[in-house]
Amino acid sequence: MDELVIETEGLTKHYNGVVAVENLNLRVRRQEVFGLLGPNGSGKTTTILMLLGLTEPTAGWVRVLGLDPARQPLSVKARVGYMPDEVGFYEELTARENLAYIARLNGLSGRVAQERIEEALGRVGLLDVADRPVATYSHGMKRRLGVADVLIKKPQLIIMDEPTQGLDPEAAREFLRIIRSLKEEGITIVLSSHLLHQVQAVCDRVGLFHKGHMVLEGTVTELARQVLGTAYHIQLEAEGSPESITAALRRLPGVTDVSWDGKYHYRVAAVEDLRTEAAGAVMSAGGRLLSLELDRPSLDDIYARYFEEVEHVPAA
Amino acid sequence: MSQPREEGRRLPAREGSPWTGLWAVVAKEMADHLTSARMRILEILIVLTAAGTVYMAIQEIRTTIAQDPFLFLRLFTTSKDPVPAFVGFLGFLIPLIAIALGFDSINGEFNRRTISRVLAQPIYRDALLMGKFLAGLFTMTLVLTAIWLLIIGLGLITLGVPPSPEELARALCLLLLSIFYGGIWLAVAMVFSVVFRQPATAALAAIAIWLFFLVFWDILSSLLASALLPIRYGTMEEILAQTKLAMNLARISPNTLFSEAIIPILQPNVRSLGLVLTWQLQGAILGTPLPLGESLVLIWPHLTGLIAGTILLFALSYILFQRREIRV
Repeated sequence: MDELVIETEGLTKHYNGVVAVENLNLRVRRQEVFGLLGPNGSGKTTTILMLLGLTEPTAGWVRVLGLDPARQPLSVKARVGYMPDEVGFYEELTARENLAYIARLNGLSGRVAQERIEEALGRVGLLDVADRPVATYSHGMKRRLGVADVLIKKPQLIIMDEPTQGLDPEAAREFLRIIRSLKEEGITIVLSSHLLHQVQAVCDRVGLFHKGHMVLEGTVTELARQVLGTAYHIQLEAEGSPESITAALRRLPGVTDVSWDGKYHYRVAAVEDLRTEAAGAVMSAGGRLLSLELDRPSLDDIYARYFEEVEHVPAA
Repeated sequence: MSQPREEGRRLPAREGSPWTGLWAVVAKEMADHLTSARMRILEILIVLTAAGTVYMAIQEIRTTIAQDPFLFLRLFTTSKDPVPAFVGFLGFLIPLIAIALGFDSINGEFNRRTISRVLAQPIYRDALLMGKFLAGLFTMTLVLTAIWLLIIGLGLITLGVPPSPEELARALCLLLLSIFYGGIWLAVAMVFSVVFRQPATAALAAIAIWLFFLVFWDILSSLLASALLPIRYGTMEEILAQTKLAMNLARISPNTLFSEAIIPILQPNVRSLGLVLTWQLQGAILGTPLPLGESLVLIWPHLTGLIAGTILLFALSYILFQRREIRV
């Protein structure tokens, strides 16, 4: 289970002297959903292209499914599905014809190709429109066709570049459902995105990219601890003297910060889940507790905080 | 994991064949070509041209009662005012077809954003480029062969004489020459389709090259020749040298190569494509046709020139395409 699907060491890519990716050490395990996060131009797509052997690394070492994409591109590309951002199709051909071309390029023909196409189209719910030209498809349908396209070769690893970009919330949810079901089947998935809550909803681990470097890596909780310092935020509302409530909360062991947002609202940052203790502290300070809620660390906060900090540091 | 890290070590060989998936690309591209509206228009244009010129040629041939052992070939070369001969039309229609088939082959994939999806399949870029070139060439072969058969058929019906084996062989040579001529223009169009992002720019650039060779190159080559080898004393050698240079310069143009090469093929009594001095004709029986083999020897340099040009241009587009970053 701990088998590495992707492994890179010191992976570097320069485009005409501009650093796109610098010294990347990435490890993705089998059946994991790994999210590449970062603003546009931070090196996510370049990393993906190097993993597929579509662009050659300037330096460094890559293994995908134990193969070298620069040396054994055909074996890698036969096992890895890639869904580019803004996936394009031959608009005048039908969905079935588009997939048939991909099947032929993968060396599939006849009955096998037919079955795979039907199965893939069924998977993404496009069977009843399969014989319409792709030009008539909506954006969301094209994305789903993109998944079907990747499934034709029965990949062990799927790499998706910005898969949910431009989808309406319903279509995006549907898309995330498909991703989860692929994971259940034992397929490893790497996806890049800057839509954080979606990444958070589906990824086991994430890597945060900034100017070609992967600056943070781990589960969302781990990242929160690294960036926000404290992993737990408690929001509470209470009536009573703000001074005494704040003081009582501050006295609790494990609390790192308390802020009063005016009126009844307090924010408590803590290293662990201190909801019970906080409730007790409010009572003892003579307050009347109105509501108490634990904020899950959100990737949005991590992201915002990280880049806020980076901006303040003068460029090295 | 503790594999040895082989940095700096480059193995020369790539895995697998560069032609994996080639025929899938060829089949898809040909299907696209043959069903496209662009192709319809070209087919109509060509069929009209063929029918028109051959009809006029037949009218003309019927009025002459002179004995001609190569009557059939005259279907291709006879013109009647105001319609030029079929081969004349071929000379500029073929580049048009070739450019139309090739100008958006690579940049079209970029614009439709299908390139990364296709190259993420287990094929090399070689297969995509070669497949597109071959598909264009095969489509052109198909169209030209259809027209060729149409003309032969028209000839059989209207002239009422079957062509001799030699006439057939010579007509076949014309077909082959036309295909090679198309090949070089297809390669030109593909180079531009790699260089330019916009298909319209690529088409314009290819058409500009075509017009340049069609209209200006002849004028330019004689100007160049007189500038490079000016006639100072008016000697025979000087005049000869200048004319030869002008001729050789003109032959850089594929149009010139093609139109020169079809002359000895379709007019067997043409003995030379260069300058002929009277002493060189000693012992020749003027007006007698050359055998096919001799005619072929005459156009051999032209044929190899066309093929070499095609290969060079294809190699250029290959190099450009291999270096191209896939990022859009």
